Amino acid sequence: MSDATPKAEGGLLGWVDARFPLTKMWNEHIAEYYAPKNFNIWYYFGSLALFVLVNQLLTGIWLTMNYNPSADGAFASVEYIMRDVEWGWLIRYMHSTGASAFFVVVYLHMFRALLYGSYQKPRELIWIFGMIIYLMLMAEAFMGYLLPWGQMSYWGAQVIISLFGAIPGVGEQLALWIRGDFNISGVTLNRFFALHVVALPLALVGLVVFHILALHEVGSNNPDGVNIKEHKDKSGKPKDGIPFHPYYTVKDTFGLGVFLIFFSAVVFFAPEMGGMFLEPPNFEPANPLQTPEHIAPVWYFTAFYSILRAIPDKFGGVLAMGSAIFLLFLLPWIDRGRVRSVRYRGLGHKVALGLFAAAFVALSYLGLQAPSDLILGLTVTAWAQIWTVVYFGFFAFLFAYTAFGFERTKPVPERVTD
Amino acid sequence: MSQEGASNSRRRFLTGAVAVVGGVGAAYTAVPFLAYWNPSATTRAAGAPVEVDTSTLEPGQRMNISWRGQPVWVIRRSEAALEALPTLEASLADPDSAVASQQPTYAQNTHRSIDPEFLVVVPICTHLGCIPSYMPKAGSLDADWKGGFFCPCHGSKFDLAGRVYAGVPAPTNLVVPPHRVAENGLLVVGEDDEEAA
Repeated sequence: MSDATPKAEGGLLGWVDARFPLTKMWNEHIAEYYAPKNFNIWYYFGSLALFVLVNQLLTGIWLTMNYNPSADGAFASVEYIMRDVEWGWLIRYMHSTGASAFFVVVYLHMFRALLYGSYQKPRELIWIFGMIIYLMLMAEAFMGYLLPWGQMSYWGAQVIISLFGAIPGVGEQLALWIRGDFNISGVTLNRFFALHVVALPLALVGLVVFHILALHEVGSNNPDGVNIKEHKDKSGKPKDGIPFHPYYTVKDTFGLGVFLIFFSAVVFFAPEMGGMFLEPPNFEPANPLQTPEHIAPVWYFTAFYSILRAIPDKFGGVLAMGSAIFLLFLLPWIDRGRVRSVRYRGLGHKVALGLFAAAFVALSYLGLQAPSDLILGLTVTAWAQIWTVVYFGFFAFLFAYTAFGFERTKPVPERVTD
Repeated sequence: MSQEGASNSRRRFLTGAVAVVGGVGAAYTAVPFLAYWNPSATTRAAGAPVEVDTSTLEPGQRMNISWRGQPVWVIRRSEAALEALPTLEASLADPDSAVASQQPTYAQNTHRSIDPEFLVVVPICTHLGCIPSYMPKAGSLDADWKGGFFCPCHGSKFDLAGRVYAGVPAPTNLVVPPHRVAENGLLVVGEDDEEAA
């Protein structure tokens, strides 16, 4: 009997390739994935997000080795990691700084999509997968923040879980089910630990794979928003495309170097970021009988927290906060425009996008302040109400502007510009 | 494999039947996974009633106890505080304690308690769950303040019966837990008179 398979060529790699599509996958996604040649600085943040994800997974697994997920032991075990475990402080600061860094790069990555219309047809699913990743990331960050079992951990979780209680009818039952106790307790801590270290990371990694597969199926957008696949050379390669490897692997490595300078500066010199990354009340163990003077979520949630506080009705506030996130999912269908890049879109869109970004920054800032503080004669709440209107106004304006033909776009070039 | 003589309608029926039976099975399988998150027997047992001696409380004083892992305050109100309660009604959102879920029926009165002097209340803000500060002194928050609770998180205000002021983020009055006075004079939190009988 003879084996029908011809003897594999090319040594070990050939042997593997006959059994597993290694070279095929490498080519499809890296060496022969043609990306537009005009990527600019905004295109660093996707690969940086991937890097931060790996950082979080690695440092997270290491922290798990010494962390004790119980109401009695959690706070002390984090102190133990910080003081007694060799290099424990570094691993923890890499993880806590990584959380903030994750949101920094993801927010910039998302803003890039808004700038260049990367959510528009045919990239709606990439955007949807990305939004689910963002949602998972928020859940992951929220649950991770409970684990050190400090005062802000405890009361932040108390406030967020209470949000579910605002849902009419089932709310209180739902909140009880999430906590597993009548109040936040070790029971809640234990399940958040399970979700934070196993369930959500697994889902995140899977979604990142989907996000990239969807991207490679339709191809990358670019700052001009033109489709590079429409102009191919004789061999079928896009004329304006360059292989991801070595061109963008090298570019992204440079970006990573710059990122690591900033990242290390924070890890080594300002890991608490003046109370922004690690809040002062969190250096006190959780006390269910005493609320800290001023509760604010970590900076990456404060925009939505501002919207919540801006609405003077409990359920209305929760609804507004939820829609602020949900509307982003619908963006590919709210924007009826056919021109992708902001470079060639109408003036109205440029102004609206600028205001939207300003609203996000302003709301983020306001969410860190006490609601009754005065800024230029108006309370923080009043300012938050103004910027909340701007935030939601962006979506209403974008739809009206593009659906009813008000937008005056510039001609889009056939090929990418330099 | 030969497809000859295959009955398509039979295949469709089998596929449908597998989908339905499998779907029902999956739905039932989900039950234990979801119910696993409910408070366990131990957690529920920790919610057993708590007995406290309130005889040492002086007017204006507060006692901090824990029931179901939640804080419960027992406050002995002064005469002046009790007299102030009816005068506040115009500025309150729910002066008559109409929202039934916030107190047992025997606390559905002006002072929201069995004994007018002793308020038993869960000091968890009905907005987003912070613990309000106990500010019993008149004028301690602002000039019109008759004493009560002030939540530092989002500025909700409650009077000394835990009734919420109108125009603050908290939608309802503070929760009065089930409680009764036992024959030996001890206060029992977490149990009604009806239940014990």
